[in-house]
Amino acid sequence: MLEEHAKIIQFIGAADGITGRKKLQKMVYIAKKLDYPYKEKYEFHVYGPYSHELTLRVEELCNMGFLQEDRQDKGSYVQYKYQMTDAGEHFTQMAQLEEAAPALVECISQMKNKSSRFLELVSTLLFFDHLPKEEQIEKLHAVKGKLNFTEEEIADAYEFVMNLMNMRTIH
Amino acid sequence: MSYATQKLAEEKVFKDPVHRYIHVRDQVIWDVIGAKEFQRLRRVKQLGTTYLVFHGAEHSRFSHSLGVYEIVRRIVDDSFNGRPEWDASERLLVLCAALLHDLGHGPFSHAFENVFNLDHEEFTRKILLGETEVNEILKRVSKDFPQKVADVIAKTYGNKQVVSLISSQIDADRMDYLQRDAYFTGVSYGHFDMERILRVMRPREDQIVIKSSGMHAVEDYIMSRYQMYWQVYFHPVSRSAEVILTKILHRAKALSKSGYDFAQQPTHFQGFFDGTFTLNEYLALDEGVLMTYFQLWVNEKDPILADLSYRFVNRKLFQYIEFDLAKDYMKMKELELLFKKAGIDPEYYLVFDSSSDLPYDFYRPGEEGERIPIHLLMPSGEIRELSRESEVVEAISGKRRTDHKLYFPEDFLTEDGKKKALKKQILDLLK
Repeated sequence: MLEEHAKIIQFIGAADGITGRKKLQKMVYIAKKLDYPYKEKYEFHVYGPYSHELTLRVEELCNMGFLQEDRQDKGSYVQYKYQMTDAGEHFTQMAQLEEAAPALVECISQMKNKSSRFLELVSTLLFFDHLPKEEQIEKLHAVKGKLNFTEEEIADAYEFVMNLMNMRTIH
Repeated sequence: MSYATQKLAEEKVFKDPVHRYIHVRDQVIWDVIGAKEFQRLRRVKQLGTTYLVFHGAEHSRFSHSLGVYEIVRRIVDDSFNGRPEWDASERLLVLCAALLHDLGHGPFSHAFENVFNLDHEEFTRKILLGETEVNEILKRVSKDFPQKVADVIAKTYGNKQVVSLISSQIDADRMDYLQRDAYFTGVSYGHFDMERILRVMRPREDQIVIKSSGMHAVEDYIMSRYQMYWQVYFHPVSRSAEVILTKILHRAKALSKSGYDFAQQPTHFQGFFDGTFTLNEYLALDEGVLMTYFQLWVNEKDPILADLSYRFVNRKLFQYIEFDLAKDYMKMKELELLFKKAGIDPEYYLVFDSSSDLPYDFYRPGEEGERIPIHLLMPSGEIRELSRESEVVEAISGKRRTDHKLYFPEDFLTEDGKKKALKKQILDLLK
């Protein structure tokens, strides 16, 4: 019953809350690209890979009271924070979901510690992972020219992905 | 003359019920239409299971694709022709992208993708870039042309005007499917003044804007879209058929995994069951193939596969009730237990399903937005977001409407036989 919804609650629970819709979108996408079992479909959008299905699921979960959405006014912009509620935790237990793998929990924690700009960079590179590395970077600059990612940031992004992949293998 | 600019000796036309005629002058377009991967779209219905509710809705993705092409052709050849902010060298690219934007759709797209965890956009890319007839044709334009077409469809192409024509909140794709689906379903919604919209579209910087004098035509288009979603696309009976279709495929996959000996071997599905399928196997599937299997599976030994197939083929669909899962998820658990006790597998016969639509939305600063907003070009030259000018659009902006339903086979619960008291208890819970 609503297994995919339950997985999202579990994801946000494992992160102990996620601040920013963009961050949440990118974290689930990166986890999916690392072969963790998320089924949300992604398309390329203004801020990189974006899933309409995920937006919908999160909205439904908030309406159901399984997630709590807090709107934070940051002056020039608005940010949303998502947290698992007690009812949400109960729901994941009822859904008899397998406990999140230690590698996934660690992966979520590492992603949470990164900025949404960095996660946008990582997820955009992963979106083009069917291309050779040079072409991925070329494509990154073509679609994200305004963000002016530096060579250092790009190198960090590749290293970050490599670490997450190794972590998945070790666990 | 290069292949990219080569014209047919005489213009070809396709008679079309929505646009009257689809005009083809370019040799490349004519060749792409003849490619076998494009012809396959004749065998994939545009609206999946909707024909079980609106019997006229048998139109194909082929006719829709031609329609999108025709709208884009009229925009670039008529509305944008000669305008300095439109790069005319993108003409063939955007025409090909319009024609091929749905190329990767499989049979009964949504249900099939859901069960086998596939993504039609990925298949569009694979068909464009793989060893296919379409790829051969596009490569004759230039070596990188197939990739460019794929980039436009994937929304990763540098020129955002080109992307917007195919994919935005007021794009050729939507303008065609709203009118085409309205025509074939026979409903009176879905109509709007497309001629007016095409006349007031303008290329500006990295987007397509609408002259403010066309605002009312755009309002009409947005309301048409809203009505089509709730009256046609999310029709609960059509969703019931899709639920059953999804469950047939799930059951066949589960049986295959368990080593079940099919009377009719699911040869066409084997690669999808075990994840080893090739692009050619994907292309070999169409709705005719699936329907043939469903008809044969009516006689399978497995009672669930046989029953679900019978239901789909003969339109014996599930009943439904409104169901608020947030309030009633404990009730859902109780129902699952009672279904099991009654010998009805809830995995296949008790299905919760949601539909949701956001008629129009615009970005909020600093947050992830999902829609490229519609911008109006004011007489002063200023660009204004549509909902700031239109009270009608403002009223529905950012307002998502959601509908939750629970589907079940009422006939199983009302038929005479064993466990009558238990079935009555279930029916009482489902009231």
